[in-house]
Order: sequence, then structure tokens, then C-alpha cells
Amino acid sequence: MRGITKRFTGVVALKDVNLVVEAGEIHAICGENGAGKSTLMKVLSGVHPHGSYEGEIHFAGRELQFDSISDSEEQGIIIIHQELALVPLMSIAENIFLGNEQARLGVIDPESTHRRTVELLKKVGLNESPEELITNLGVGKQQLIEIAKALSKKVKLLILDEPTASLNENDSQALLDLLLEFKAQGMTMIMISHKLNEIARIADSVTILRDGSTVQTIDCRDAPVNEDVVIRHMVGREMADRYPHREPDIGETVFEVRDWVVFHEQHADRKFIKGVSFHVRRGEILGIAGLMGSGRTELAMSLFGRSYGRRISGKVLMGGKEIDVSTVEKAISHGIAYVTEDRKGYGLILENEIKHNISLANLPGVSRFGIIDEGKEYSVARDSQKKINIRCADVFQYVSNLSGGNQQKVVLSKWLFAGPEVLILDEPTRGIDVGAKYEIYCLIAQLAREGKCIILISSEMPELLGMSDRLYVMNEGALIAEMKTADASQEIIMRAIVSAAKG
Amino acid sequence: MNSIVETAAPAAGKISTATLIKKNVHEYGMLISLAAIMAFFEYMTDGTLMQPLNITNLLLQNSYIVIMALAMLLVIVAGHIDLSVGSVAGFIGGLAAVLMVDFHWHYIPATLVCLLAGALIGGIQGYFVAFHRIPSFIVTLGGMLVFRGAALALLKGQSVGPFPREFQLLSSGFIPDPFGADGLRLTSLLLGGVVALVLFTMSLRERANKLHYGAAAEPLGFLIAKNVAFAAAIVYFSYLLASYKGLPNVLVIMFVLMMVFDFITNRTTIGRRIYALGGNEKAARLSGIKTDRLSFYTFVNMGVLAALAGLVFAARLNTATPKAGVGFELDVIAACFIGGASATGGVGKVMGAVIGAFVMGVMNNGMSILGIGIDWQQIIKGVVLVAAVFVDVYNKNK
Repeated sequence: MRGITKRFTGVVALKDVNLVVEAGEIHAICGENGAGKSTLMKVLSGVHPHGSYEGEIHFAGRELQFDSISDSEEQGIIIIHQELALVPLMSIAENIFLGNEQARLGVIDPESTHRRTVELLKKVGLNESPEELITNLGVGKQQLIEIAKALSKKVKLLILDEPTASLNENDSQALLDLLLEFKAQGMTMIMISHKLNEIARIADSVTILRDGSTVQTIDCRDAPVNEDVVIRHMVGREMADRYPHREPDIGETVFEVRDWVVFHEQHADRKFIKGVSFHVRRGEILGIAGLMGSGRTELAMSLFGRSYGRRISGKVLMGGKEIDVSTVEKAISHGIAYVTEDRKGYGLILENEIKHNISLANLPGVSRFGIIDEGKEYSVARDSQKKINIRCADVFQYVSNLSGGNQQKVVLSKWLFAGPEVLILDEPTRGIDVGAKYEIYCLIAQLAREGKCIILISSEMPELLGMSDRLYVMNEGALIAEMKTADASQEIIMRAIVSAAKG
Repeated sequence: MNSIVETAAPAAGKISTATLIKKNVHEYGMLISLAAIMAFFEYMTDGTLMQPLNITNLLLQNSYIVIMALAMLLVIVAGHIDLSVGSVAGFIGGLAAVLMVDFHWHYIPATLVCLLAGALIGGIQGYFVAFHRIPSFIVTLGGMLVFRGAALALLKGQSVGPFPREFQLLSSGFIPDPFGADGLRLTSLLLGGVVALVLFTMSLRERANKLHYGAAAEPLGFLIAKNVAFAAAIVYFSYLLASYKGLPNVLVIMFVLMMVFDFITNRTTIGRRIYALGGNEKAARLSGIKTDRLSFYTFVNMGVLAALAGLVFAARLNTATPKAGVGFELDVIAACFIGGASATGGVGKVMGAVIGAFVMGVMNNGMSILGIGIDWQQIIKGVVLVAAVFVDVYNKNK
């Protein structure tokens, strides 16, 4: 791939990226969240069609232009996405040949489907009946089914996006062995991974992406890959003056969580949050670092009225006294607010006015006897709009017409109007431009100055280092490290995550 | 997000004429369409449509649809649907007949029992929808069959009637006229005038309020012109009705309910929360709204108004038949969608649903006067439904 540049509305996701993968090798790609790994692979596999990006793709000596995934699949480039794309209530055989049915004139041939499924399952080392439903398989086996599905199409280049992210140690090892076996048979593979030990084990070379650019490609066939070098390349960016200056005035502990345990919502026997304890002090900005899928959002949502998970246990204390946060309403009334990472999905009523969105979490605050005082609601919305600078024609405007940054400010206004003591901010600056980011940082700093407790969840490490006073590092549902931000650096955080992943 | 509108806030109180007209055409588009449809049929029927007798009939014929559309709008805004309302209305009509005709109950307790039964039916269906997350389409499809069957069983397949005279007045009665004029019912005309005046002052007060708290408001001249037109229409229609027998009782009930539901949806926290629930249930729940309970109440409310509609219909026919209410659910749902409600929830207005009901009603009535067969009537109504929603969606996506 040469000179790949990909822009999303206003944001450059990839800048002139070059990637060379040799035939028959396993090529690892690593980088921070948002470095552009997945986007690059989507360009390569035709998810982003030719024309939506700049640059060229050469494969086996020819330049190729893909209009869709089926074009790239025809060439033998198959991608397995991080989220499994299987239909749970269909059988293994049906899933493997979904969209590629063993059929003549649209009539499915059950005999050949069955026979080929058995062959493919054998190749990936699974001993299941082709009739078994996907929903009855564990995640590890489902991942193998995905690979079998890829093998069913004459695959030349297999792309795996964090294939072991949701697997346990045994399943991961089995998967890596399988990949090595494929390599011995001459298949070329690209694997995106955060786990440096896995890369060290199977990769022939590593390309590191950062901020949408290629930083370096390291050949690790001769000398084993050096973790320090990789980590430095992954995070090595200058810390610009992108954060407001603050002089923290930290008081007593206000909010405390003890032994918080949450089980997975779908898989009831999978412990997702594994006994987490932490505390926040008055006026403190507490950062929670971690990779995607480490359980940060689930932790926050389970604390906020059990909005996530099952079989939740543990204690929540506010000002030293245990409080009941079993419903969202109770959590709000105890002064907790949760600003979601997914503002469109969980934060806003898009087809509704700005002022209606702002008052939603505290309707009693603008009404008497259940009747809304429209004048009061208007002035509340107007005040918020002025105070945190929501750029809009007026507060009657629909939220769907605002830019991401202004939408985020509406969500923040909503929760500020609810009058919280503890604000949990989940990726508050995701997908918004630099200017709006700075404004939100200033707002966060001001809230801390006013004595609120801020819990800042972020995947952007510079943001955590720039804003927080103290940090926890979360990995696989547990807080694995705590540090003062003054003592922390991206390398230290990354190292904590990587060494925890090593187990 | 290809059109991000972020202009500087205009000074309060000033809106350009172009946006003003655009906004009003958008808001009153359905009302303008209704007026156009009425004008069309008035012309085609050589003035029969607007005869006092016909207008009175038109109101009576559509009253039960309008009543149910009010509650259906809340159900649809909350993101659900209720297919059972026709059967429930039929069943309650049957229940009323059994209580009043077979058991000789007084009409007041009988009416109360019927409304309670409606609440119970709505509650049962709402329980499964709200607390067990069974799609409302399925639950109420079941309800549609169950209560149609129950109506048949209750009436043993027969028509039961007639009802006591006082009960009939619910539908066939008109408000009393102490002035006793024979030609023109002065009370009715006066009442119409009072309503027009009250609505006029209310909109003026609303504007004054808006200016008071600093929001942009329409220019006074435009507002007055608009409201004079409304007031004139109201007075004209009450004049038409007054020159026949006056205002029907059921129109008064309908009007009060309309006002109540309009107020609930626009001005109360419960109304606001229903819109939030339908607009984005997850966001609503994360804002501390008890979405399950709210869904449940919309169904209870639907049950009560379906029961009321059943009573009105039975009183109008003066008999309860097992077939009463067949197909009503389709008219009611169509009224909401024609009136601009969104099938995905979160969007819709009470007045829109009322106008939608009258669009259907005027078309039924006008086409019948013209002698158009039931076959073509259905085809035309179907086309109008899809066309109305298409225009709505098309305008939105533009």
C-alpha cells in the first residue's frame, strides 16, 4: 500500500501511510487507539471503496481498486473484524457459507455444504457438528469459525483485527499456533494487535502506526522485537500545550467504590469487572486509562444505576456513607452523573430541541406539579448555551443539526443542570475537533475548581496525562495500577497494560 | 451531518419573513391540506359538504376515531403501536349494553365500570409490552383477536339494545339551549365565540411570555392575522353547527380531551418524557426516566380512551353489535401517521393526529356523497396515507 490518505468529514484518519507486506509472512500492525490501524485495514479490504481515499494498493504485482468487500475477497484478501460477524441462531455450516452459499441456481446443496464444512472445521482444529448453532459455542470457537469462514474463500491474504482481544489465554495460544501453521502452508497474514508478547511470538515484521502515519517497520526475524522500542514509537509524540493550566485544590474523599464486581450482560458466568475499588477526592480529576474493551465504560455504567451488567455486588460510598445506586434515578439523586461515550446512542434525543435535551435529566428543576415552566426551561438552556458556548442559532434548534463538539456540550449541559457532585466523563472529547476539545478541558478544569469530583475515562493518554491529578490503569476488568499523574508517562501506562496482558 | 447549521444567534424577537413563512407552512402544512381537501369536496359536492347537517354528521361519525387517535398518538410517540383498539372499543360497547340493557344498571356506574375495564385491558397489554419487552405489535395483535372474540361471546353473537335515553345523549345529544331560539342555537354560537376568544388571548399571552423570558417570538401582526383566521374558522363552524341543532355533546368531550392531551404533550414532564422515551430510549433511561412504567401508562391511557370511544360508538348506533369497531384501529393509526407521527417513535403532535383523523373523515364523507364506491374509497385512502407520509419523510430528508 502506497501513500494512503483517508479523510472522514473534517478529520484526517490516515496520512500518507505506506505498508509493505511480503508474501508468506505474518505482519503485525500496532499502535494506540485511534492510530488508524482499523481504518487502514478497511481501506485494504474494500470496506472504504476506491475513490474515498488517496493512494494505491498493489497486490501480487498489480494495482487494484476495490469498490466493495466482495471485490477484495475475489482477489483473496479476507478480513476478520474485531467484532465477530456471525449470526447466532444459524448453524456453523450456514454461517461459514453465508453470502457464499454452496448452491446451484439459488438452491442450496446441503451435501456439499456439509462436506466442505467438515473439511474446514478440521483445518482450524475444531471438532463440532456443522449443524451446531453459533450461539452454543464459546467466543474462542466462534473466532475459529470466523477463520474457517475466511478459509472457505480462496484466501491469499488474511487480515485479523485483534483476533485474541476477547479470547482467554488457552484459546489465544491455540489461535496463534493455528496462524503459524497457516504460515507454514504459505499464507500471508496481517495481524493487528496490542499484545506485544503475541507479536514477538509469531510476527515476522511489525509496522507501527501513530496518529494516522507509519512510524516505522521493524523486521523481527533476525533479532526479537524490542518492546521498549515499540512502545516508544507507539506513544512518542510531543506533549503540546493543549490543556488548560490548573492548580488543583484537592480535599477529602467524597466518592468511593469498594469491591465492585459485575458479570457480563450476555454471558452470565463471565466476570467482567473483577472486584474494583477506588476513590475520588473533592476537586480531583481522576483519570482511568486502559485499552478499548478493558471494562472502563462497563464499570462506569454499572455504577450509574446498574445500566450495565448483571449480578452486581460491591459498595458505593458518598461522603463516607453507603448509598444506593440501583437505579439511574437514585444515582442522580445522590449526585452522580454519567456522560456517555456514545452521545448519539445513549446521550441525546437527536430529533428534539436543545433545550429539551438539557432539561431532560432534571425535569423537576424546570417544572411545578408536573407542569413545565417553559420560561424557566428556556432561561436554563440559554444560560448553559452562554456559559459553555454551545454554538447554535437558538436553543430551539434540533440537536441533530449540531456538530459533534456542540452535541457533546449539550450532553454536558444536561448533566451540569442535574447538579452532580461526581461527574463520570466517558471519552468526553471523542470525535470532536481540537478547538471544542480545549473548551471542554477548560470546563472540566473549572468544575474541579468548583469542588466537583471528576472521573475522566479516556483512551487518549495525552489527555489523561494533561488533565488528571491521579490515574488508575484498567485492564481486563481490573485496576492494575494507580499512580500520581506527575509520576506517570505514556510509557509507564503502556508498560503496565502490556505486562498485565502478558499475565 | 453534511449540513451543520451554526449561525450566530439572532437578536431576540426578530425572525426573517422567509423563515417565518417556511416554519408556519411546515407547522400548519397538514391543516392547509385539510382545508384544501375540504374546499375540493365542497366544490365537487356542490356545497353539500358544508351543509350544517352534514358537518354535524361528519363530527359525530369521526368522534370515536379522534378520541382514540389522541391516546394512540402517545402510544406511537412512545415507540409502540396498539392494534387492539377497535376490538376493545367493540368489547366495551358490548359490556355497556349487557350492563345497561340486560342488567338494567344506571348509566353512570355502567360508564365508570366500562372505563375501568378499558384501563384494565390497557394495563394487561401494557404490562407485557413494558415489563416483559414483548413487541407491542404482537401483544396487541393478540389483544385484537381476544377482544373481538370476547365481544362475540359477551353479546352471544347478537345485537343488544336499545340503550337508556340518557346514555344515547352521549352521542346524539346537543348542548342545551336556554335561549331557546328555533332557527339559530345562540348558546352554541356564543360558546364557539368564547372558545375562539380564549384561544386568541392564550396565544397572545404565550407570545408575551416568550418575549418576557427573552425568546424569539413571531411578529405581532403576523400572529394576529394567523389567529384571526383561526378564530374566524371556529366561529364559522360553530355558526354552521348552531344553525342545525347546536354543538353536539360529543364534540364538547372531544374538544376538552384534545385540549387536555395537547397540554400534556406540550407542557408537562410526563409528556416530555414520553417523547424522550420514543426518541431515544437508552438516553431517556440514562437520564433517570422510568421508561418501562411510562410505556405501561400509555397503554392504560389507550385502554381508557378506547373504552370511551366504544361507549360513544354504541350510544350513536343505540345498540351494541359484535362487529362494532372492526377496522377502527386502522383509521386511528392512519390518522396519527397522516398527522405527522413517526413510526419509529419520538415525533408526533396531538393536533396533527386530530387533523389526520379529519382528513380521513372528510375524504370518507365527501367520497360517499359523490357516490364513489367503497372499492375506490379504500384505494384512494390507502394512497393518501402513503403519500402523506412520503411527503413528510421527503421534506425531512431534504
